[in-house]
Amino acid sequence: MGDLIWILVSTVLVNNFTLAYFLGLCPFMGVSGRVETALRMGMANIFVLVLTSICAWALNTFLLPHAPYLQLISFIVVIASLVQIVEMVIKKVSPVLFKQLGIYLPLITTNCAILGLAIFQTNKEYDFFQGLFFAIGAGLGLTLALVLMASIREDAERAQVPKIAQGMALVLIIAGSLSMAFMGFAGLGSAS
Amino acid sequence: MRETTAKQDLFRGIWKENPVLIQMLGLCPALAVTNSVENALAMGVATFFVLCGSSLFVSLLKRFIPGEVRISTYIMIIATFVTVADMGLEASVPVVHKKLGAFIALIVVNCMILGRQEAFASKRPVGRALLDAVGSGAGFMIALLMMGGVREILGMGSFLNIPLFGDNYEPWVVMILPPGGFLTLGFWLLGMNWWTERKKHKQKELAAEESGERRAA
Repeated sequence: MGDLIWILVSTVLVNNFTLAYFLGLCPFMGVSGRVETALRMGMANIFVLVLTSICAWALNTFLLPHAPYLQLISFIVVIASLVQIVEMVIKKVSPVLFKQLGIYLPLITTNCAILGLAIFQTNKEYDFFQGLFFAIGAGLGLTLALVLMASIREDAERAQVPKIAQGMALVLIIAGSLSMAFMGFAGLGSAS
Repeated sequence: MRETTAKQDLFRGIWKENPVLIQMLGLCPALAVTNSVENALAMGVATFFVLCGSSLFVSLLKRFIPGEVRISTYIMIIATFVTVADMGLEASVPVVHKKLGAFIALIVVNCMILGRQEAFASKRPVGRALLDAVGSGAGFMIALLMMGGVREILGMGSFLNIPLFGDNYEPWVVMILPPGGFLTLGFWLLGMNWWTERKKHKQKELAAEESGERRAA
């Protein structure tokens, strides 16, 4: 159990997907303008990450021992169809939630965090529960980074920024400082 | 779509529409694996290969790919080439392959590659698609090297593992750690913005001077 908690904490803080591995940068740059949208995007991400982790585990256990060279192709196909199915189910079951998630759901397909999770999970040889906690941690970490970024950017909007620093340059430098702050968590534990 | 010349197709991606520095696509590899020139070079070459291969195939097969499933088809083609690149790197330079780790596989979700297929290769003849891929791939590689160069020189005091500053140099370790990636790209963009602003300013001054001269005459 302690092992699982450690996986969770280390993926949220120490090995944060966005700030330490640069995964999921597109939404991080794109939808981090408002705290509310950032939160929704984060939730959608957690949901898809958990489903992906389960699928990756199933593929790793049942298909890939027989055909290792299919790893990448099978992962990407499964993720793409998974997102499509989830989208259809949510649309049918809860139109309200579907409306809230809006375009974020399809956008997630091309989010490298999702494929990254499947590959990292495979490389680290996690079992089912470890994978599950890894996925939840990754999702929470993404959400945390998104929300932090969004709240800083909301404030930065009211500040007087020199003309040459406006736009992406400022966002990247803020992200760099955030990432540096998160490096402080590196002392939390020695196991990775 | 606007008609372009072959020369434009080739050179556009290198600087004017540089995938990383101008379009902000493919940021994940551009930040993650550029902590040394060697890694940046390997990543650049792998992406170049995948981009050229998939552009060639997408352009060749564009008549047979149904519109409804085109994105999935492109991704399958890209994933095939990435698998080839992954295995090729593992066989030829195992040390670098190990350092890049999962990020080779993540070339599949590099939006720059998918973007070129959707925007260009799927609509143009084979030769043009290949020229465009070569241009964009080279632009991507240049951006990676710009990042990798700065980060390795400052973070390790070396270039391509050759020490530059002697023993007294205290390396800025932060540059080869994740924050260095964000900061380096941020400062490159700052520099480029400053340059464009200056150029604009100068042109304005020049125009004002000219009109002033004309009035005096």
